[in-house]
Amino acid sequence: MRIAVSAAGSEVSAPAEERFGRCAYFLVFNEQGELQEVIDNQGSASAGGAGIRTTQLLLSNKIDVVLTGRVGPNAMSALSSGGMAVYAGVSGTVAETMEKYKDGQLEPLALPNAQEHSGIKS
Amino acid sequence: MIISVASGKGGTGKTTIATSIALALASDNHGLTFIDCDVEEPNGHIFLNPKLEDAKEIYIDVPRIDNDICTYCGKCADLCAFNALLCTGDSVITFPEFCHGCGGCRYFCPEKAITSVPKRIGKIEKGLAEDILFARGCLEVGAALSPPLVDEAKALAGRGITVLDAPPGTSCPVIHTVRGTDFCLLVTEPTPFGLNDLDLAVQMVRTLGVPCGVLINRAHNGIELIEKYCRKEQLPILMSIPLSKKIAEAYSRGVPLVRVDKQWENKFRQLYRHIEELVANERNNYN
Repeated sequence: MRIAVSAAGSEVSAPAEERFGRCAYFLVFNEQGELQEVIDNQGSASAGGAGIRTTQLLLSNKIDVVLTGRVGPNAMSALSSGGMAVYAGVSGTVAETMEKYKDGQLEPLALPNAQEHSGIKS
Repeated sequence: MIISVASGKGGTGKTTIATSIALALASDNHGLTFIDCDVEEPNGHIFLNPKLEDAKEIYIDVPRIDNDICTYCGKCADLCAFNALLCTGDSVITFPEFCHGCGGCRYFCPEKAITSVPKRIGKIEKGLAEDILFARGCLEVGAALSPPLVDEAKALAGRGITVLDAPPGTSCPVIHTVRGTDFCLLVTEPTPFGLNDLDLAVQMVRTLGVPCGVLINRAHNGIELIEKYCRKEQLPILMSIPLSKKIAEAYSRGVPLVRVDKQWENKFRQLYRHIEELVANERNNYN
Protein backbone atom coordinates (compact mmCIF):
# COMPACT_ATOMS: atom_id res chain seq x y z
CA MET A 1 0.00 0.00 0.00
CA ARG A 2 1.28 3.47 -0.91
CA ILE A 3 0.27 6.47 1.15
CA ALA A 4 0.77 10.03 -0.19
CA VAL A 5 0.83 13.08 2.08
CA SER A 6 0.36 16.53 0.57
CA ALA A 7 3.29 18.69 1.62
CA ALA A 8 4.72 22.18 1.32
CA GLY A 9 8.28 20.89 1.08
CA SER A 10 10.14 17.74 0.05
CA GLU A 11 11.31 16.64 3.55
CA VAL A 12 9.40 14.68 6.21
CA SER A 13 10.02 17.71 8.47
CA ALA A 14 8.22 20.01 6.00
CA PRO A 15 4.72 21.25 6.89
CA ALA A 16 1.89 19.04 5.66
CA GLU A 17 -0.19 21.00 3.13
CA GLU A 18 -3.93 21.58 3.55
CA ARG A 19 -4.49 22.07 -0.16
CA PHE A 20 -4.78 18.96 -2.29
CA GLY A 21 -4.61 20.03 -5.95
CA ARG A 22 -2.22 22.89 -5.40
CA CYS A 23 0.27 21.46 -2.93
CA ALA A 24 3.92 21.54 -4.00
CA TYR A 25 4.87 17.93 -3.20
CA PHE A 26 3.53 14.55 -2.20
CA LEU A 27 5.64 12.42 0.13
CA VAL A 28 4.96 8.74 -0.43
CA PHE A 29 5.20 6.23 2.43
CA ASN A 30 4.68 2.49 2.75
CA GLU A 31 2.40 0.93 5.35
CA GLN A 32 5.21 0.88 7.92
CA GLY A 33 5.61 4.64 7.58
CA GLU A 34 8.90 4.52 5.67
CA LEU A 35 9.47 7.24 3.10
CA GLN A 36 9.49 5.73 -0.39
CA GLU A 37 9.70 8.70 -2.70
CA VAL A 38 8.87 12.37 -3.25
CA ILE A 39 6.53 13.42 -6.04
CA ASP A 40 6.87 16.95 -7.40
CA ASN A 41 3.26 17.99 -7.99
CA GLN A 42 3.27 19.45 -11.48
CA GLY A 43 -0.53 19.50 -11.36
CA SER A 44 -0.37 22.51 -9.03
CA ALA A 45 0.57 24.78 -11.94
CA SER A 46 -2.65 24.02 -13.87
CA ALA A 47 -4.77 27.04 -14.74
CA GLY A 48 -7.88 25.02 -13.96
CA GLY A 49 -8.65 21.49 -12.89
CA ALA A 50 -5.56 21.22 -10.68
CA GLY A 51 -7.27 18.60 -8.53
CA ILE A 52 -7.94 16.44 -11.58
CA ARG A 53 -4.40 16.75 -12.94
CA THR A 54 -3.01 16.00 -9.47
CA THR A 55 -5.23 12.91 -9.15
CA GLN A 56 -3.96 11.71 -12.53
CA LEU A 57 -0.40 12.11 -11.29
CA LEU A 58 -1.14 10.12 -8.12
CA LEU A 59 -2.82 7.38 -10.17
CA SER A 60 0.22 7.03 -12.40
CA ASN A 61 2.32 6.76 -9.22
CA LYS A 62 0.08 3.94 -7.98
CA ILE A 63 -1.04 5.68 -4.80
CA ASP A 64 -3.73 3.96 -2.67
CA VAL A 65 -4.27 6.45 0.17
CA VAL A 66 -4.09 10.25 0.20
CA LEU A 67 -3.65 12.30 3.36
CA THR A 68 -4.52 15.94 2.86
CA GLY A 69 -6.63 18.82 4.18
CA ARG A 70 -9.25 20.17 1.86
CA VAL A 71 -10.63 18.54 -1.25
CA GLY A 72 -12.97 20.28 -3.70
CA PRO A 73 -15.87 18.62 -5.54
CA ASN A 74 -14.05 17.89 -8.81
CA ALA A 75 -10.98 16.54 -7.06
CA MET A 76 -13.18 14.41 -4.80
CA SER A 77 -15.00 12.84 -7.71
CA ALA A 78 -11.68 12.26 -9.48
CA LEU A 79 -10.13 10.63 -6.39
CA SER A 80 -13.16 8.40 -5.82
CA SER A 81 -13.24 7.36 -9.47
CA GLY A 82 -9.57 6.50 -9.19
CA GLY A 83 -10.38 4.30 -6.20
CA MET A 84 -8.12 6.15 -3.78
CA ALA A 85 -8.98 6.47 -0.10
CA VAL A 86 -8.80 10.04 1.18
CA TYR A 87 -8.17 11.17 4.74
CA ALA A 88 -8.49 14.81 5.78
CA GLY A 89 -7.15 16.66 8.80
CA VAL A 90 -3.43 16.90 8.16
CA SER A 91 -1.57 19.15 10.60
CA GLY A 92 1.96 19.92 11.69
CA THR A 93 4.76 18.28 9.74
CA VAL A 94 4.49 15.43 7.26
CA ALA A 95 6.06 13.06 9.83
CA GLU A 96 3.51 14.09 12.49
CA THR A 97 0.69 13.59 10.00
CA MET A 98 1.88 10.07 9.21
CA GLU A 99 1.98 9.29 12.93
CA LYS A 100 -1.61 10.48 13.33
CA TYR A 101 -2.70 8.39 10.37
CA LYS A 102 -1.10 5.28 11.86
CA ASP A 103 -2.86 6.01 15.18
CA GLY A 104 -6.19 6.24 13.33
CA GLN A 105 -6.64 9.92 14.18
CA LEU A 106 -7.37 11.14 10.64
CA GLU A 107 -10.90 11.36 9.27
CA PRO A 108 -11.79 9.36 6.16
CA LEU A 109 -13.32 11.73 3.63
CA ALA A 110 -16.21 10.64 1.42
CA LEU A 111 -17.57 14.04 0.39
CA PRO A 112 -15.77 17.23 -0.70
CA ASN A 113 -14.94 19.55 2.19
CA ALA A 114 -13.90 22.59 0.14
CA GLN A 115 -15.38 24.87 -2.50
CA GLU A 116 -14.31 24.68 -6.11
CA HIS A 117 -11.14 26.73 -6.78
CA SER A 118 -10.52 27.25 -3.07
CA GLY A 119 -6.91 26.14 -3.48
CA ILE A 120 -6.26 29.12 -5.74
CA LYS A 121 -7.21 31.59 -3.03
CA SER A 122 -4.93 30.37 -0.28
CA MET B 1 -14.82 49.59 -40.20
CA ILE B 2 -14.74 47.61 -36.97
CA ILE B 3 -13.68 49.51 -33.85
CA SER B 4 -13.06 47.62 -30.62
CA VAL B 5 -13.21 49.49 -27.34
CA ALA B 6 -11.02 47.91 -24.66
CA SER B 7 -9.32 48.79 -21.40
CA GLY B 8 -6.92 46.79 -19.36
CA LYS B 9 -8.97 47.58 -16.29
CA GLY B 10 -12.60 47.12 -15.33
CA GLY B 11 -14.73 50.11 -14.38
CA THR B 12 -12.83 52.51 -16.62
CA GLY B 13 -15.76 53.52 -18.77
CA LYS B 14 -15.54 51.25 -21.81
CA THR B 15 -19.27 50.83 -22.14
CA THR B 16 -19.93 54.57 -21.70
CA ILE B 17 -17.48 55.27 -24.54
CA ALA B 18 -18.56 52.41 -26.82
CA THR B 19 -22.26 53.24 -26.58
CA SER B 20 -21.54 56.94 -27.06
CA ILE B 21 -19.58 56.31 -30.25
CA ALA B 22 -22.43 54.15 -31.55
CA LEU B 23 -25.10 56.73 -30.72
CA ALA B 24 -23.12 59.67 -32.08
CA LEU B 25 -22.55 57.93 -35.41
CA ALA B 26 -25.89 56.17 -35.78
CA SER B 27 -27.79 59.23 -37.04
CA ASP B 28 -25.70 59.58 -40.20
CA ASN B 29 -24.66 55.96 -40.64
CA HIS B 30 -27.61 53.66 -41.17
CA GLY B 31 -27.02 50.10 -40.20
CA LEU B 32 -24.42 50.82 -37.53
CA THR B 33 -23.80 47.70 -35.46
CA PHE B 34 -23.03 47.56 -31.76
CA ILE B 35 -21.88 44.24 -30.32
CA ASP B 36 -21.46 43.74 -26.60
CA CYS B 37 -18.61 41.22 -26.34
CA ASP B 38 -18.44 41.44 -22.55
CA VAL B 39 -20.31 38.14 -22.39
CA GLU B 40 -19.80 37.62 -18.68
CA GLU B 41 -21.39 40.91 -17.76
CA PRO B 42 -22.98 42.61 -20.78
CA ASN B 43 -24.29 46.07 -19.91
CA GLY B 44 -24.43 47.97 -23.21
CA HIS B 45 -28.19 47.38 -23.29
CA ILE B 46 -28.61 49.65 -20.26
CA PHE B 47 -27.56 52.64 -22.36
CA LEU B 48 -28.94 51.59 -25.74
CA ASN B 49 -32.26 50.03 -24.69
CA PRO B 50 -32.55 47.61 -27.59
CA LYS B 51 -35.66 45.57 -28.30
CA LEU B 52 -34.23 42.06 -28.23
CA GLU B 53 -36.06 39.92 -30.75
CA ASP B 54 -33.91 37.00 -31.60
CA ALA B 55 -31.80 34.60 -29.53
CA LYS B 56 -29.51 31.85 -30.71
CA GLU B 57 -28.23 29.17 -28.37
CA ILE B 58 -24.49 28.52 -28.60
CA TYR B 59 -22.96 25.11 -27.96
CA ILE B 60 -19.50 23.60 -27.86
CA ASP B 61 -18.65 19.94 -28.42
CA VAL B 62 -17.53 18.11 -25.29
CA PRO B 63 -16.22 14.53 -25.34
CA ARG B 64 -18.20 11.37 -24.72
CA ILE B 65 -16.28 8.15 -24.20
CA ASP B 66 -17.49 4.87 -25.64
CA ASN B 67 -16.48 2.43 -22.92
CA ASP B 68 -16.85 -0.58 -25.23
CA ILE B 69 -14.08 0.73 -27.48
CA CYS B 70 -11.86 2.63 -25.01
CA THR B 71 -8.64 0.85 -23.99
CA TYR B 72 -7.88 3.38 -21.20
CA CYS B 73 -4.54 4.26 -22.74
CA GLY B 74 -4.82 7.71 -21.16
CA LYS B 75 -3.74 9.67 -24.22
CA CYS B 76 -6.79 11.94 -24.08
CA ALA B 77 -6.22 12.87 -20.43
CA ASP B 78 -2.52 13.43 -21.11
CA LEU B 79 -3.01 15.88 -23.91
CA CYS B 80 -5.94 17.83 -22.49
CA ALA B 81 -4.49 21.20 -21.45
CA PHE B 82 -7.58 21.99 -19.39
CA ASN B 83 -7.75 18.80 -17.32
CA ALA B 84 -11.21 17.90 -18.58
CA LEU B 85 -10.48 14.16 -18.67
CA LEU B 86 -9.23 11.70 -16.07
CA CYS B 87 -8.09 8.21 -16.98
CA THR B 88 -8.15 5.85 -14.01
CA GLY B 89 -6.98 2.70 -15.74
CA ASP B 90 -10.41 1.14 -15.98
CA SER B 91 -12.49 4.17 -16.90
CA VAL B 92 -12.23 7.66 -18.36
CA ILE B 93 -14.14 10.37 -16.50
CA THR B 94 -14.99 13.63 -18.23
CA PHE B 95 -15.32 17.03 -16.56
CA PRO B 96 -17.29 18.99 -19.17
CA GLU B 97 -17.08 22.26 -17.21
CA PHE B 98 -13.34 22.39 -17.91
CA CYS B 99 -13.65 21.45 -21.60
CA HIS B 100 -12.84 24.18 -24.13
CA GLY B 101 -14.27 22.16 -26.99
CA CYS B 102 -11.00 21.97 -28.93
CA GLY B 103 -11.66 18.40 -30.04
CA GLY B 104 -8.03 17.32 -29.46
CA CYS B 105 -9.02 14.26 -27.45
CA ARG B 106 -11.36 13.12 -30.22
CA TYR B 107 -8.79 13.75 -32.90
CA PHE B 108 -5.93 11.95 -31.19
CA CYS B 109 -7.83 8.98 -29.71
CA PRO B 110 -6.09 5.94 -31.27
CA GLU B 111 -9.22 3.80 -30.89
CA LYS B 112 -11.73 6.42 -32.10
CA ALA B 113 -13.59 5.86 -28.83
CA ILE B 114 -14.51 9.53 -28.38
CA THR B 115 -17.57 11.15 -29.89
CA SER B 116 -18.96 14.54 -29.00
CA VAL B 117 -22.01 15.82 -27.23
CA PRO B 118 -23.15 19.44 -27.39
CA LYS B 119 -22.94 21.52 -24.23
CA ARG B 120 -24.73 24.85 -24.04
CA ILE B 121 -22.39 27.70 -23.10
CA GLY B 122 -24.67 30.68 -23.66
CA LYS B 123 -26.68 32.58 -26.20
CA ILE B 124 -26.43 35.47 -28.65
CA GLU B 125 -29.29 37.96 -28.56
CA LYS B 126 -30.07 40.42 -31.32
CA GLY B 127 -32.36 43.37 -31.71
CA LEU B 128 -32.69 46.98 -32.70
CA ALA B 129 -31.93 50.05 -30.62
CA GLU B 130 -33.50 52.78 -32.76
CA ASP B 131 -31.20 52.75 -35.81
CA ILE B 132 -28.53 50.63 -34.21
CA LEU B 133 -28.28 46.90 -34.83
CA PHE B 134 -27.57 45.57 -31.38
CA ALA B 135 -26.18 42.17 -30.39
CA ARG B 136 -24.78 40.72 -27.24
CA GLY B 137 -23.41 37.45 -26.01
CA CYS B 138 -24.63 36.10 -22.67
CA LEU B 139 -22.50 33.43 -21.04
CA GLU B 140 -24.40 30.69 -19.24
CA VAL B 141 -24.02 30.90 -15.46
CA GLY B 142 -21.47 28.30 -14.44
CA ALA B 143 -19.89 28.09 -17.89
CA ALA B 144 -16.29 29.25 -18.00
CA LEU B 145 -15.83 29.67 -21.70
CA SER B 146 -16.29 33.08 -23.20
CA PRO B 147 -14.06 32.98 -26.33
CA PRO B 148 -16.37 30.84 -28.52
CA LEU B 149 -19.27 33.06 -27.52
CA VAL B 150 -17.28 36.21 -28.31
CA ASP B 151 -16.42 34.81 -31.75
CA GLU B 152 -20.09 34.04 -32.45
CA ALA B 153 -21.13 37.54 -31.39
CA LYS B 154 -18.39 39.14 -33.47
CA ALA B 155 -19.50 37.25 -36.56
CA LEU B 156 -22.54 39.54 -36.59
CA ALA B 157 -20.42 42.61 -37.48
CA GLY B 158 -22.08 44.59 -40.23
CA ARG B 159 -20.67 46.05 -43.42
CA GLY B 160 -20.79 49.62 -42.20
CA ILE B 161 -19.40 50.72 -38.88
CA THR B 162 -19.32 48.15 -36.09
CA VAL B 163 -18.45 49.03 -32.50
CA LEU B 164 -17.34 46.18 -30.24
CA ASP B 165 -17.48 46.60 -26.48
CA ALA B 166 -14.72 44.34 -25.12
CA PRO B 167 -14.61 42.69 -21.70
CA PRO B 168 -12.19 44.23 -19.18
CA GLY B 169 -8.63 42.98 -18.82
CA THR B 170 -6.29 41.41 -21.36
CA SER B 171 -7.27 37.73 -21.23
CA CYS B 172 -8.64 35.34 -23.89
CA PRO B 173 -12.12 36.90 -24.34
CA VAL B 174 -10.54 40.35 -24.82
CA ILE B 175 -8.04 39.00 -27.33
CA HIS B 176 -10.88 37.32 -29.22
CA THR B 177 -12.72 40.66 -29.29
CA VAL B 178 -9.83 42.87 -30.41
CA ARG B 179 -8.18 40.47 -32.88
CA GLY B 180 -8.85 41.37 -36.49
CA THR B 181 -10.53 44.70 -35.77
CA ASP B 182 -9.48 47.80 -37.74
CA PHE B 183 -8.80 49.89 -34.67
CA CYS B 184 -8.74 49.48 -30.92
CA LEU B 185 -9.65 52.40 -28.70
CA LEU B 186 -8.07 51.95 -25.28
CA VAL B 187 -9.92 53.63 -22.46
CA THR B 188 -7.90 54.45 -19.38
CA GLU B 189 -8.10 56.54 -16.24
CA PRO B 190 -5.25 58.75 -15.06
CA THR B 191 -4.15 56.74 -12.04
CA PRO B 192 -1.15 54.46 -11.49
CA PHE B 193 -3.56 51.48 -11.67
CA GLY B 194 -4.97 52.77 -14.92
CA LEU B 195 -1.48 53.23 -16.33
CA ASN B 196 -0.36 49.75 -15.31
CA ASP B 197 -3.33 48.14 -17.02
CA LEU B 198 -3.12 50.45 -20.04
CA ASP B 199 0.44 49.26 -20.58
CA LEU B 200 -0.70 45.62 -20.48
CA ALA B 201 -3.48 46.41 -22.94
CA VAL B 202 -1.08 48.25 -25.29
CA GLN B 203 1.24 45.25 -25.34
CA MET B 204 -1.69 42.97 -26.10
CA VAL B 205 -3.02 45.16 -28.92
CA ARG B 206 0.45 45.52 -30.46
CA THR B 207 0.97 41.77 -30.34
CA LEU B 208 -2.29 41.41 -32.25
CA GLY B 209 -1.11 43.99 -34.78
CA VAL B 210 -4.17 46.23 -34.34
CA PRO B 211 -3.63 50.02 -34.51
CA CYS B 212 -4.68 51.75 -31.33
CA GLY B 213 -5.19 55.07 -29.60
CA VAL B 214 -5.96 56.21 -26.08
CA LEU B 215 -8.98 57.87 -24.54
CA ILE B 216 -8.55 59.22 -21.01
CA ASN B 217 -11.69 59.00 -18.92
CA ARG B 218 -12.25 60.83 -15.61
CA ALA B 219 -9.40 63.15 -16.54
CA HIS B 220 -8.35 64.98 -13.41
CA ASN B 221 -5.12 65.03 -11.44
CA GLY B 222 -2.50 62.65 -12.72
CA ILE B 223 -3.23 63.06 -16.41
CA GLU B 224 0.48 63.84 -17.00
CA LEU B 225 1.19 60.23 -16.04
CA ILE B 226 -0.75 58.97 -19.04
CA GLU B 227 0.51 61.75 -21.34
CA LYS B 228 4.10 60.93 -20.53
CA TYR B 229 3.51 57.23 -21.18
CA CYS B 230 1.75 57.92 -24.48
CA ARG B 231 4.60 60.18 -25.66
CA LYS B 232 7.12 57.50 -24.84
CA GLU B 233 5.08 54.81 -26.61
CA GLN B 234 4.08 57.13 -29.48
CA LEU B 235 0.41 56.53 -28.85
CA PRO B 236 -2.11 59.16 -29.89
CA ILE B 237 -4.39 60.51 -27.16
CA LEU B 238 -7.60 60.89 -29.10
CA MET B 239 -9.89 62.36 -26.48
CA SER B 240 -10.21 63.07 -22.82
CA ILE B 241 -13.37 63.18 -20.74
CA PRO B 242 -13.20 65.15 -17.49
CA LEU B 243 -14.08 63.80 -14.08
CA SER B 244 -17.56 65.25 -13.70
CA LYS B 245 -20.38 64.76 -11.28
CA LYS B 246 -22.89 65.48 -14.03
CA ILE B 247 -21.55 62.66 -16.20
CA ALA B 248 -21.39 60.25 -13.26
CA GLU B 249 -25.00 60.99 -12.32
CA ALA B 250 -26.19 60.45 -15.88
CA TYR B 251 -24.26 57.17 -16.00
CA SER B 252 -25.90 55.94 -12.80
CA ARG B 253 -29.31 56.57 -14.36
CA GLY B 254 -28.33 54.74 -17.55
CA VAL B 255 -28.21 57.94 -19.62
CA PRO B 256 -25.55 57.75 -22.36
CA LEU B 257 -22.86 60.42 -22.34
CA VAL B 258 -23.93 61.81 -25.73
CA ARG B 259 -27.37 62.56 -24.28
CA VAL B 260 -25.90 64.54 -21.38
CA ASP B 261 -24.75 67.37 -23.55
CA LYS B 262 -24.92 67.92 -27.32
CA GLN B 263 -21.21 68.83 -27.42
CA TRP B 264 -20.29 65.21 -26.70
CA GLU B 265 -22.04 64.00 -29.81
CA ASN B 266 -19.83 66.29 -31.91
CA LYS B 267 -16.74 65.26 -30.01
CA PHE B 268 -17.42 61.59 -30.61
CA ARG B 269 -17.97 62.27 -34.32
CA GLN B 270 -14.60 64.03 -34.40
CA LEU B 271 -13.11 61.08 -32.57
CA TYR B 272 -14.42 58.76 -35.27
CA ARG B 273 -12.99 60.92 -38.07
CA HIS B 274 -9.66 60.89 -36.29
CA ILE B 275 -9.79 57.10 -36.04
CA GLU B 276 -10.66 56.86 -39.75
CA GLU B 277 -7.56 58.92 -40.59
CA LEU B 278 -5.33 56.79 -38.39
CA VAL B 279 -6.65 53.61 -39.98
CA ALA B 280 -6.19 55.03 -43.48
CA ASN B 281 -2.59 56.06 -42.66
CA GLU B 282 -1.89 52.67 -41.25
CA ARG B 283 -3.13 51.01 -44.44
CA ASN B 284 -1.06 53.35 -46.62
CA ASN B 285 2.02 52.49 -44.60
CA TYR B 286 1.55 48.83 -45.32
CA ASN B 287 0.54 49.07 -48.97
